[in-house]
Amino acid sequence: MIMIATDQQENQLLIKLQSVKKIYGSGQAAMEALRGINLDIEEGDFVAIMGPSGSGKSTCLNILGCLDTPSEGSYSFKDIAVEKLSRSQRTQLRRHYLGFVFQGYNLLSRTSALENVELPLIYRGVHIKERQLLACQALQSVGLGGWETHTPGELSGGQQQRVAIARAIVTEPAVLLADEPTGNLDTVRSHEIMELLTQLNNDGIAIIMVTHEPDMAKYAKRVIHFRDGLIESDKQNGRKQ
Amino acid sequence: MLWDTFILALREIRRHILRSFLTILGIVIGVASVITMVTLGNGATVQVTQQIASLGSNLLMVSPGKRLGPGQASTAPLFKLADVEAISRDVSSIAAIAPASSKAATAVVGNENWSTTITGTNNQYFKIRMWPMQSGRQFSDSELRAGAAVCVIGNTIRSKLFGGQDPLGKRIRLAKLSFEVIGLLETKGQSTMGQDQDDLVLIPLRAFERRISGNQDISLIQVSVADGISTEKVQSDIAHLMRQRRHLAPNEDDNFNVMDMKEITKMLTGTTQVLTALLGAVAAVSLIVGGIGIMNIMLVSVTERTREIGIRLAIGALEREVLMQFLVEAVALSSTGGLLGILLGLLACMGLKNVLQVPFVFNPTIVLVSFLFSAAVGVIFGYFPARKAARLDPIEALRHE
Repeated sequence: MIMIATDQQENQLLIKLQSVKKIYGSGQAAMEALRGINLDIEEGDFVAIMGPSGSGKSTCLNILGCLDTPSEGSYSFKDIAVEKLSRSQRTQLRRHYLGFVFQGYNLLSRTSALENVELPLIYRGVHIKERQLLACQALQSVGLGGWETHTPGELSGGQQQRVAIARAIVTEPAVLLADEPTGNLDTVRSHEIMELLTQLNNDGIAIIMVTHEPDMAKYAKRVIHFRDGLIESDKQNGRKQ
Repeated sequence: MLWDTFILALREIRRHILRSFLTILGIVIGVASVITMVTLGNGATVQVTQQIASLGSNLLMVSPGKRLGPGQASTAPLFKLADVEAISRDVSSIAAIAPASSKAATAVVGNENWSTTITGTNNQYFKIRMWPMQSGRQFSDSELRAGAAVCVIGNTIRSKLFGGQDPLGKRIRLAKLSFEVIGLLETKGQSTMGQDQDDLVLIPLRAFERRISGNQDISLIQVSVADGISTEKVQSDIAHLMRQRRHLAPNEDDNFNVMDMKEITKMLTGTTQVLTALLGAVAAVSLIVGGIGIMNIMLVSVTERTREIGIRLAIGALEREVLMQFLVEAVALSSTGGLLGILLGLLACMGLKNVLQVPFVFNPTIVLVSFLFSAAVGVIFGYFPARKAARLDPIEALRHE
């Protein structure tokens, strides 16, 4: 059943970038971070974006995550023209379809794991009972059952990143965007996180991940290399079933 | 959603208890000091008014010299007993009239001595001042006529010179002369001006003229107006009479002054009101300093919280939801601080009321104004920096360190 459903989803186009440019600054000082990107991502895909520093991979992820807007070009998400949306409409889009995992975890300090995970549900207007239930389930699914009341200060880096992932998936997003999710972790923890992401991908969530570790990119179905604001290569990984 | 925002805001306050406490502290101190100062000032004004009212509203004081301002008068000839007799004879509707001449002197009993004021007057003095005897008697007619060496003393004299013992029949040395104590006045306490009213020795006017001053000058005439008669009428009658007696030309100013209690009230309440305003100004400064404290904490905490705002925006909070949370936080903190300040201020007033013996006068306006001011400062400086942060691109806010 899941396989069939996944197959159906994979055929549907989720994201389409057309000649997207991002220019920082203006005039002489203008810096082109993205110089015309064309990219299609299907539902349920697992994409790793790689490339050296300054190649535009994080900029691209931020645009995909509607945290930033392209200077030129078009971005359609589920056939919605994102570049035409207002600020609050983009927020609505983020709220309903996107989940974020950051390199620095970005959890609210002095706030329990459960409350951190509840946060996106609060903004969705989910009732408190249901909210706590969903948040508990999300924490269990990342292997943190029993750690609900711990604050980020009391958790290890790997655990904090798991909380961040739980926060990202608690809303059942269509896409999980991860900016170097293993950047602050040791090898063992990194592989644990990647296995968790793979498992989530198998459950049907599309994952777009920026990384510069080839070991981590191996978990993805598709690896895209950026160089100087352009896509250098775009290969399917052998892993895809 | 609003309820959730409220819960979110309260959680944030609880989580950052020190920061919240510091924010509140500025408001509490500002509000409490304004309320305390103004309430005590108002209390003092009311006290002055009450004390003057207790003197009797039908009292007129005739003093030589033109009044220039509070407590100041130009020099002018003093009165004579003939002036008192003239007023008593020619002005109608007078219930009582008492001349008074005073001089500072040292009173000695045995080894004890005490600097006090000796006043020469007559029995009308007790009536005008509504001052009954605690024990003993007033002056007899023969004593008044002869200027006998007898005196009526206040309670301070008794405690200082007789050690609280019954002074009647004992003798006091005043200006090298021995006076017999024939009466003791009831305790009156402090006057409005802070003088001890019980620190006085009264002797017959004639005794004062002959034995103390050596002249027949009278420095003050106190007049009690009969009930139901307007003091203004008697006041102008006396003034008219005195101008005649002093042969003043129509273009000359009065070189004496007839003051009624209303004027004295006005003068004294004017003084205390200036004091109240001064205290209020000092308190207002502390409120402003408190406001700056709130402003600082709010500004610092919002800058510190830009990353938090970024996180909230990234995971799907709308700008207005983030703002609402900060607004609720600011309102909750400011109003809590304001209420605590009001409570503390009123408690301080209650406490100081007994220490300073000033009546407690509740002034809702000043409570409201100081509360609103501090609340406004808290809300404005909680809200606007947050708005600036919430308008950033989420990614920019996230990068903020």
